[in-house]
Amino acid sequence: MEYIIIIIGTVLVSNIVLANFLGICPFLGVSGKLTTASGMSGAVLFVMTVATIITWLIQNYILDPFGLGFLQTISFILVIASLVQVVEIILKKVSPPLYQALGVFLPLITTNCAILGVALLTIQKEFTLVEGTIYAIGNSLGFALALILFAGLREHLELMDVPKGMRGMPIALVVAGILSLAFMGFANLVSI
Amino acid sequence: MAKKESTFLNMFLTLLIVTAVSSLAASAVYNLTKGPIAEVARMKQQRAIEQVMPGFTSYDEVRVMPLNGKDSLSMFKGIKDGAEIGTAVNTYTYVGYSGLFKIMVGFDNEGKIINTEVLEQKETPGLGTKMALPPFKDQFVGRNLADFGKTGIQVSKDGGVIDAITAATITSRAFCDAVNRAYGAWEENKKDNK
Amino acid sequence: MNQMTNFTKGFFKENPVFVMLLGMCPALAVTNSAINGLGMGLATTFVLVMSNFVIALIKNLIPSKVRIPTFIVVIASFVTIVDLSMAGFVPALHEQLGIFIPLIVVNCVVLGRAEAFASKNTIGSSIIDGLGMGLGFALALTMLGAVREIFGNYSVFGYKFIQADGILVFILSPGAFIALGFLIALINQFTKKA
Repeated sequence: MEYIIIIIGTVLVSNIVLANFLGICPFLGVSGKLTTASGMSGAVLFVMTVATIITWLIQNYILDPFGLGFLQTISFILVIASLVQVVEIILKKVSPPLYQALGVFLPLITTNCAILGVALLTIQKEFTLVEGTIYAIGNSLGFALALILFAGLREHLELMDVPKGMRGMPIALVVAGILSLAFMGFANLVSI
Repeated sequence: MAKKESTFLNMFLTLLIVTAVSSLAASAVYNLTKGPIAEVARMKQQRAIEQVMPGFTSYDEVRVMPLNGKDSLSMFKGIKDGAEIGTAVNTYTYVGYSGLFKIMVGFDNEGKIINTEVLEQKETPGLGTKMALPPFKDQFVGRNLADFGKTGIQVSKDGGVIDAITAATITSRAFCDAVNRAYGAWEENKKDNK
Repeated sequence: MNQMTNFTKGFFKENPVFVMLLGMCPALAVTNSAINGLGMGLATTFVLVMSNFVIALIKNLIPSKVRIPTFIVVIASFVTIVDLSMAGFVPALHEQLGIFIPLIVVNCVVLGRAEAFASKNTIGSSIIDGLGMGLGFALALTMLGAVREIFGNYSVFGYKFIQADGILVFILSPGAFIALGFLIALINQFTKKA
């Protein structure tokens, strides 16, 4: 089924972080621990999916019909910023412990280029609303996979004898590079 | 920092005004750049057509659905001195190494390939991107796809006549796929216009 | 701080990419060649300077609670202006940078400077801060782009100095991570050696 292909494509073949370079800031910043990695992934899954749906609707029912394509950047980022605010408010009321757990990550999601990136790519690839939703879910799963794999690797790195100059960000980046290299093995598995 | 009170009305008005001004600014620049942007697209298309079907004085665009594929193709009938000199087909393939890429194929009136030109692609630099260069693309010049029947033109690994790019078989196959799609559309169009 | 320090801090001491580790997405994605890195750096600098200017101008009119969305809309409008202008006047570069031009709006450097500096300082200082940080960002991207291009394509700014295919991995995804990692390690040697 076409949707399975989109999922495989986004998680493995064209991984949002490792192949498309979207979501790097949280990828490098939040992957220190497995717990924070999972928290961020959950938040991203929700915001990315809902944002993609809303921006798709705006593009196809407001921007395109009225020739307002040039307002894409402004309207999309407004949607995302507002969505994050709304999510924060709802979460605070509905589930304070979850809100505490995700706490500082929520406002950071606004500047997560993966969210805006996926919304823009959905329009670029001319997906239908359903395909776009699946694409967003797939990408957040891909983000989660990359993040969690990387968190695991970094926890190991802490225990290793890294040369002084490479400690911290440099070695993390090199490891991310090797992870990216590994994922290149999935190339052309499916085509999206 | 802000000397203004964060009342709901203030917040709402500020955001409204800022958004309105932004949109106006964006719209102003949009109108200024509309012309140049359209011109850029037109020049790009014209240059591609010139590469694959040189010598026309004007061209007509026709959109057709290929027999296989979910997106339409554009065909450009080249005209010189009132007569049709050939057709340039803007075709695509989904099975490139990095997915979709688009090429332009120029056919003369008998269906022989005049030349090909790569339009948009995201293939691997140094490998798949070689499809745009002489040793590979010259293999298509002068070929008539009618000679290849139902299977179309293929790489030698699949029993065909095209030597694939070393270590870029997938891209090479995809290129053949795009060319075959273009020829299929060209043939159909010829039949429809008889 | 005096304006000279204000301007130069973005180049080394507080370099957005190498020291503050901001703006990583574009730093990795568009630095497959020196010219792409430079182009992106300059586009971002324009947005940064203009948004710092406007935000410093209207900072007293913005209620504190809506300041982040307001900043974002201001930044978005300049990003739209840059996007449209590049599409119309430098189409080749625009095509190379692709989706990362609109993504300037979520570049942590731009929003970061708006929040940390422009919203609290004079217009003049903010412009200089924007210029310094932007050019520092451009410097970082150009350096990374040059390194990747030199090793990956044996060329620099398009000028090929060895006529052969380079170490391809450098212009592909993994190479971006690896090159940046080593570059940061190298620069740490110079900035943190006290």
